[in-house]
Amino acid sequence: MKKTYKIDVDCANCANKMEDAARKTAGVQSCTVNFMTLKMNVEFEEGQDPKAVMEQVRKNCKKVEDDCEIFL
Amino acid sequence: MQEWLESGLLIAVAVLAAILQFIGARPAAGMTRKQKVMLWRIFAAAVLLLTLQMIGTAAFDRLGSAGRWARLAAFLVDYLVIGYDILRKAFKGIRNGQVFDENFLMAVATLGALALAVYENGDYLEAIAVMLFYQVGEWFQSYAVGKSRRNISDLMDIRPDYANVERGGVLEQVDPDEVEVGTVIVVQPGEKVPIDGTVVEGTSTLNTAALTGESLPREVQTGDEIISGCINMTGVLHIRTTREFGESTVSKILDLVENASSRKSRSEDFISRFAKIYTPAVCCAALALAVLPPLVRVFGLGLDAGWETWIYRALTFLVASCPCALVISIPLSFFAGIGGASKAGILVKGSNYLETLSQTRIVVFDKTGTLTQGVFEVNGIHHSRMENEKLVEYAALAESASSHPISKSLQRAYGKEIDRSRVSEIREISGNGVTAVVDGRAVAAGNDKLMDHLGIPYISCHSVGTIIHMAIDGEYAGHIVISDVVKPCAKEAVQALKAAGVHKTVMLTGDSGKVADQVASALGIDQVYSQLLPAGKVEKVEELIRQKPEKARLAFVGDGINDAPVLRRADIGIAMGAMGSDAAIEAADVVLMDDDPMKISKAIKISRKCLRIVYQNIVVAIGVKLICLALVALGFANMWLAVFADVGVMILAVLNAIRALFVQKL
Repeated sequence: MKKTYKIDVDCANCANKMEDAARKTAGVQSCTVNFMTLKMNVEFEEGQDPKAVMEQVRKNCKKVEDDCEIFL
Repeated sequence: MQEWLESGLLIAVAVLAAILQFIGARPAAGMTRKQKVMLWRIFAAAVLLLTLQMIGTAAFDRLGSAGRWARLAAFLVDYLVIGYDILRKAFKGIRNGQVFDENFLMAVATLGALALAVYENGDYLEAIAVMLFYQVGEWFQSYAVGKSRRNISDLMDIRPDYANVERGGVLEQVDPDEVEVGTVIVVQPGEKVPIDGTVVEGTSTLNTAALTGESLPREVQTGDEIISGCINMTGVLHIRTTREFGESTVSKILDLVENASSRKSRSEDFISRFAKIYTPAVCCAALALAVLPPLVRVFGLGLDAGWETWIYRALTFLVASCPCALVISIPLSFFAGIGGASKAGILVKGSNYLETLSQTRIVVFDKTGTLTQGVFEVNGIHHSRMENEKLVEYAALAESASSHPISKSLQRAYGKEIDRSRVSEIREISGNGVTAVVDGRAVAAGNDKLMDHLGIPYISCHSVGTIIHMAIDGEYAGHIVISDVVKPCAKEAVQALKAAGVHKTVMLTGDSGKVADQVASALGIDQVYSQLLPAGKVEKVEELIRQKPEKARLAFVGDGINDAPVLRRADIGIAMGAMGSDAAIEAADVVLMDDDPMKISKAIKISRKCLRIVYQNIVVAIGVKLICLALVALGFANMWLAVFADVGVMILAVLNAIRALFVQKL
């Protein structure tokens, strides 16, 4: 399943960091962060609950870049 | 002199920050809260730094030994005001194992410079000023990117916010997502059509500029298909929806455009790989610069080590090496290029396609619907024994029972309502034509075979197309030529492609050789392959791809109706006139919203401009960086120059990137 989330982040490099962090989160199949449109496309693994996974994604992103935000 | 310059710069920064703060107070400026806070910090730090410079060292010296520490504390406060977030980010980066980024570079460089100054009880100004200017640069970058992001998004703002549904005689605004297929929605003048559908009531004029980039308005009336994203200009329209919102043209287009820059081009990949190697490499080089020359001086040359000089140079080296100009300007250039193209009615599905498009050397066209109108029209009436209108009238009436495209075009040429009661005894002779009695006269309309069959002598035609011979009351009455019409600007479009650097143009068609050759020579197309089945088109394209030179790219242009496999097979597939055609939007890499062939060369020109800007930015940014690094290592440049080079190149690169947005004149 694929979902798109609005995000807020300051710089292109920080967006790349978020992308890395989200990809490493359990339950995430693939993820692309588009800095220009401030969108995050996440593809979840089979049978995962997007809500729970995204909470974790947000946590991991905050860890690497504390002034980022993902609007769930 | 140096002091005057420094004070002047600080005053300029403070004034600039104050003015920007004033501008930012208006909501139209679109500054975020974070940007405003940053402005205050820049302002405060600049003023504080200026004050401390005015007080001077002498004032602190009078305090005795405590004076040194008081001075340090004052400058340290200033340093933290401007740079605390950089320090925090650098620290977080180290803790998360992602050590090397620009925050780390700046933190090490400025802290190092501060430490040197503490050691010498010297000039703290430099470390703080470097941080200050770096932040000014970052602020500008964030503002410019935010602003251009908004501008580009506004260009693509075709998302309808609501749909009007009549419930119990009252108009209600509902979320377009909730409207079911078959619901009647009402679109008032000035509103966007939210969902694809058919007009059931009302006439109006539509502005399709947001979709096609064309400002020519389109008339619609009851029974017409209507696509979402147009703006209704004059009358109230009642529309029965034929799709869900998610399946409507407007959603499809939005989806495509929003995801476009997620597909990264090779230049972007190059930059992110470059940045990953570059920063650690630069850090190692800086370390070597700090350690090696002093050791060589001591042990090799027997000179004084001069640690301060070399450490200072190494720190300056770090400041000069920030890669932000590249990291930000390349994606921004592509984003602006895609935004500019979509404003011109050209949807590019990703940065990578923009890149491929710019390398296009061979353009392969499908004939029908791409270079020609794809509708058959009466193109000539020859040897007529009566008025031309009369002849067409007889032909249209005789063919009135048929639904063949040929009879449709005859009926269109006649232009009036068909009165079936005038026609009787219609007999279709399969593969030959029809005979009928019209107004009491025996009419025969058909090809050579029909005339042979009826034993009527006829005059053969030299024109290309479908020939319909007419015989009335057993006597030859002339013939009508029906053929596909070449689009008015097709020839110019082919020429424009040549001018845009395309080496070879090829036309593929299922049509007969005679028709194909005539169209190709009229348009100046280099190569023609005719009588191809859809599978044959794929084979031909594959063959052309095998033959082409290594670096050249092949583009296929089709109207998308049955070209999907070819669109996929070509290096880059361009679908035309795609409004409402899902298969085309799906299969193509570039979608032209209307069917104007001139847009093909425009798309190529836009991509060229965008890629030119990308290369300019790469070359200038890396070039200036390397020169700076060399100057620093040799001791010709100080930290001031390093930070100016960094911020200056970044601002230039961002401004250059925004240029990719302006494509109207291409």
